[in-house]
Amino acid sequence: MDVQSDIRTGDTRAIARAITWIENADARGAALVHDIYRQTGRAYIVGITGSPGSGKSTLIARMAALLAAGGAKVGILAVDPSSPFSGGALLGDRIRMFDISLTHDVYMRSMGTRGSLGGLNRSTRMATRILDAAGFDWILIETVGAGQSEVDVHDVAYTTVVVLAPGMGDDIQAMKAGIMEIGDAFVINKADREGADRTLNQVESILHLSAAEGWNPPVLKVSAEQNAGVDELVAVIARHRVHLEEDGELDRIKVRMARLDVVEILKERLTDTMNTELERAATQAELEKVATRETDPYTVADMIVDKIWRGR
Amino acid sequence: MDEKERLAQIRSAGAAWQEKADKVSVGKTCKAYADCATVSGIDVKLLYTPEDVGEMDYMRDLGFPGEYPFTRGYQPTMYRGRLWTMRQYAGFATVEESNRRYKYLLGQGQTGLSIAFDLPTQLGLDADHPLADGEVGKVGVSVSSLADMEVLFDGIPLDQVSTSMTINAPAAVLLAMYIAVARRNGIGADKLNGTIQNDILKEYSARGTYIFPPTPSMRIINDIFAYCSKEVPNWNTISISGYHMREAGCTAVQEVAFTLADGIAYVDAAIKAGLNVDDFAQRLSFFFNAHNNLLEEVAKFRAARRMWARIMKERFQAQNPKSLMLRFHTQTAGSTLTSQQVDNNVVRVTLQALAAVLGGTQSLHTNSRDEALSLPTEESVRIALRTQQILGYESGVADTVDPLAGSYYVESLTNRIEKEAWKYIQKIDDLGGAVKAVENGYVQREIQNSAYAYQMSVESGERVVVGANKFQLLGKPLKNVTRIDSSLSSQRRAELEALKARRDNARVEHVLAGVKAAAGGTENLMPAIIGAVDAYATLGEICGVLRSVYGEYRPDASF
Amino acid sequence: MEEKIRVLVAKPGLDGHDRGAKVLARALMEAGMEVIYSGIRRTPEQIAEVAVQEDVDVVMLSCLSGAHNTLFPRVVDLLRQKGGGDILVLGGGIIPEDDMPFLKEHGIQEVFYPGAPIKATIQYVRDNVHKEKHS
Repeated sequence: MDVQSDIRTGDTRAIARAITWIENADARGAALVHDIYRQTGRAYIVGITGSPGSGKSTLIARMAALLAAGGAKVGILAVDPSSPFSGGALLGDRIRMFDISLTHDVYMRSMGTRGSLGGLNRSTRMATRILDAAGFDWILIETVGAGQSEVDVHDVAYTTVVVLAPGMGDDIQAMKAGIMEIGDAFVINKADREGADRTLNQVESILHLSAAEGWNPPVLKVSAEQNAGVDELVAVIARHRVHLEEDGELDRIKVRMARLDVVEILKERLTDTMNTELERAATQAELEKVATRETDPYTVADMIVDKIWRGR
Repeated sequence: MDEKERLAQIRSAGAAWQEKADKVSVGKTCKAYADCATVSGIDVKLLYTPEDVGEMDYMRDLGFPGEYPFTRGYQPTMYRGRLWTMRQYAGFATVEESNRRYKYLLGQGQTGLSIAFDLPTQLGLDADHPLADGEVGKVGVSVSSLADMEVLFDGIPLDQVSTSMTINAPAAVLLAMYIAVARRNGIGADKLNGTIQNDILKEYSARGTYIFPPTPSMRIINDIFAYCSKEVPNWNTISISGYHMREAGCTAVQEVAFTLADGIAYVDAAIKAGLNVDDFAQRLSFFFNAHNNLLEEVAKFRAARRMWARIMKERFQAQNPKSLMLRFHTQTAGSTLTSQQVDNNVVRVTLQALAAVLGGTQSLHTNSRDEALSLPTEESVRIALRTQQILGYESGVADTVDPLAGSYYVESLTNRIEKEAWKYIQKIDDLGGAVKAVENGYVQREIQNSAYAYQMSVESGERVVVGANKFQLLGKPLKNVTRIDSSLSSQRRAELEALKARRDNARVEHVLAGVKAAAGGTENLMPAIIGAVDAYATLGEICGVLRSVYGEYRPDASF
Repeated sequence: MEEKIRVLVAKPGLDGHDRGAKVLARALMEAGMEVIYSGIRRTPEQIAEVAVQEDVDVVMLSCLSGAHNTLFPRVVDLLRQKGGGDILVLGGGIIPEDDMPFLKEHGIQEVFYPGAPIKATIQYVRDNVHKEKHS
C-alpha cells in the first residue's frame, strides 16, 4: 500500500492507516503530513459539541447523509473518552452511524481521547488534514461531550454547533462560561420531547445578553431521530460559512489554525525532548536533589531548558 | 406468653447461639461465612428465625391460594387439581416438518403447542429478503404468508388446542393469520385459545427483535388488546416477559421489577387508549426465568405474584379478582447452561424447574442439556420433558400448595425481594415509566452492569460454575448436534415467488393500502391486517407498509 | 506513544442476543483496548466497511442464531476485497465443534465456545494481533 498516493485518490484503507499513524505518533504519520499538507485547506470543518445524551451522533449521521446526498464527500471524526485507568475506550459513537458508510460517500473514524482534555484527541487536528488532503468537502468533528471543557473544538473547526436536549437547562447555566461563547449555532435536539420550547427560551435569553453586531448564533429546534430540522441546520452552517468568507474572517481563522498546527507539533516535539531529558541519569540525580531539598525545582527546570537549547 | 415475649426469648437465645457459631467458624470456613449473598446481592444470614418474619401478617401478606394477594398461588387447588402445563418451545425449520411434529405431540395427548419462529419471521421479513440469508429456519419455523400458516396448522383442530406463539413486533400479523386459518376451517375467533408474546418493551431492553419505535408499537399492542377483548376473548394477548432480561444478565430483583414495570406501562397505555382495566387485565400473562439460586427463585415468583396483585388493586383499581392474578409461564435459564460437560446441565435444569414448580408456575419449558452448543437433539429434548414429568409425578412437590410458605428464610427473602423491587419500580416511575426508561437506556444499562458484574465474578472464580471454571475436564464438547439445512433459503424463495404469481395481486395492493390507511389513522389495525393476510399479502409486505408509516426503531443508547 | 489495539465487536445477522458481545466489549476496554461495538443486526458488508474505516486490528464476530457459517466467511471475504485481509477475525457464539474446521478454512482464525474465559480471549488477541502492520 502506498499510503501517500492512495490518500490522494481517497482510498479508505490508506486514510484509515494514515490516521492510525498519526494517533500512534508513528514517524510515518509526520512524513505523510509533510508530503500532503500543500493539498489541504479546502475542506470546511464543522465542530459539534454538547452534553452526553444530547444526541450528537445521530444528528451528525443525519447531517452527513444530507450533505452527501447533495454530492459532497463527508468525513466524520468522533471522539469518545478513554478510560484514565485502563487507557482503553468504548467508542460508542459509531453505533449510531454504523450503516452510513454503505449508503453514502462518508468516511467515519472513532477516536479515544487517549489522555487529552478538552473534548478532542490530540491527533484530531492532523486527522482533519489527512481527510482534507483526501478530498473531503466537509469534515464533521464530534467532541466527547463531557460538558464544560469542550472549547478546544473552536480551535479546530470553522463553525461550531452546540447541541442540547430538552431539560438541559441546568447544563446551560453551567456552560455559560465556555461553550455559550463558542457556539455559532445552537441546536435543541430531540425537539419532539417535552420541554423543548423551554430549553429554547433559556438558550435564547442567555444569548440575548451578548447579542452584538455581525453573526448572532441562531437557535434551532431539531429532531435528528425523526430527521426534522436537519436541513435547516445545514443551511445555517452554510450561511455561517458565507458570512465568514465574505468579511475575510475565514482567512483569519485559517491563519490562526495554521499557527495552531505548528504549535501542536511544537508541543509534541518539546514534550518528547523534555521527556528524553528527564530520563537522563544526570537529570534524575538533580530531581532527587529537589526531593531532598538540596535544590529547588526552578533551578533544575532552568538547567534542563538551558541544556535543551544550548546542548545541541 | 404473648407474641412479644416469645420473640424476645428467641432473640436472646439467638444471640447466644450466634456467639457460639462465630467461635466455631472462625478460621475454619471460607469467606462465605462472613459474607454471603444471593445473585441479586441480597445478603444471606447463616440462620433465619421467627424474628426475621416478625412483621409478617399472614392474611395481609400471604392469604390463601386463589385469594388476594395470591402469594401462595393464583388458583385454590394448584397442582392437586392439575399439574402445570408442560409446554416445550420448539421450532422446526419448515411448516411441513413443524406440522408433522405438532400432530405427533397432539397424538401423544399434549394439548398445548408452543411455536418458535425463525428470526426473519420475528422481524417481519419474508424468507426471500436479503437480510434473511443464512437465518431462514434456523431458530424456528419460517412463516411468510397465510399459505405457510395453512400448512403449519393443517389438520389441527384449532378450537381444541391452545397455541402459544413467541412473536412480538409482528404479533398482530401472525395472530391475524391464525384467526384467518381458523375462519377458513369454519372456526370462529371466539373459539380460539392461546398466547402471543407481544411484549415489545423487553425487546428494546433485552431481546432485540424490535421493528417499530415505542409509540407505534404500543399503539399496535393496544389495538390487539381492544380487538381481542371483543373478538378473541380467550386469547392471552401478551406475555410480559422477564425471561429475556434475566438471560441478558439482570438479577432476580431486577427481573421482577422490570417485568412488573413493563406490565404497568402496558396497563397504563391501554387505559389511556380508552380501555377498561377489567376488560383486558385478565388476559395479561407473564413469563419468568428459573435461574440457579433455588430459594431466591422461589421467593421471586411469590413476591412477583403478591406485587402484581397490589399493583392492580391499588394502582389501577381493578375490580375483577381475575384482573389481580399474575399467571405465568417459566423457562429454565438458558444462560446457565455450560458447553462443558453438558450432562451437568440436566441437573441444573432439574433444580431450576423445581424452583418454578415450588414457585407455582402455570406452565414450564425445561431447556435441553446441549443448547449451549446448538439446537437440541431429540434425545436431549426428551430428557428435558422427562425432568418435568419426574418432578410432577415422582417427587411429591406437587402434592401440597406452596410448600415452602412459612419457611423463615423463604418468607424473609420474599419480603426482601419485594422491597428491593419496589425501589426499582419507584425509580422507573420517576423516569416517567418503563417506555421512557427503555428509551433513555436506563433499563439496558442496569442489565448490562449486572451482566458484567456476574461475568467478572465467574472470571475471578468467586462464583463457581461447575465444569466451567472449577472441576473442569479436558475433553471435547458433545458432538451429536442438530443442524438446519442451508438449502432451505432457496426453497423458501421459490415458494414465495410461486405465491406471488398465483395470488390476486390487485387485491393485495388494495388490502395493503387499507393497512396503510389504518396505520396512519386511529381505527383499530386488526381488521385491516386480517383482511391483508386473507388476501395472501405477505408478512414482509404488511410489515413493510407499517415500516413506511412508523419508521424503524434505532436504539439511542448502547453502553 | 503506546499503540492501542483497536477492536470491532460485531453482531452480524438478525440475532439479538448481545449479552456476551457487550460484556466482552467492556472487558476489552478494561484491558486497555479501543473497542467499537456494532450493535445488533449488522450486515457483513457494514461490518467489513467499518472495520476498514476504523483501521481495527481485530474483528470479533458473535452469532447465536446458527447463521455463522453463512455470515462469518462473508465478513472475511469482504475484508479481503477492501484491503483488510490482515485484520484478525475471531468468532464466538453458539457454534458447534463440527463447524470450527469449516470456519477456520474460511479465514476465521479462532472460534471461542460459550463460556470461554474472557481472560484467555484477551490474551489470545494480544498474542495474535498482526503487529507487523504498525511496525
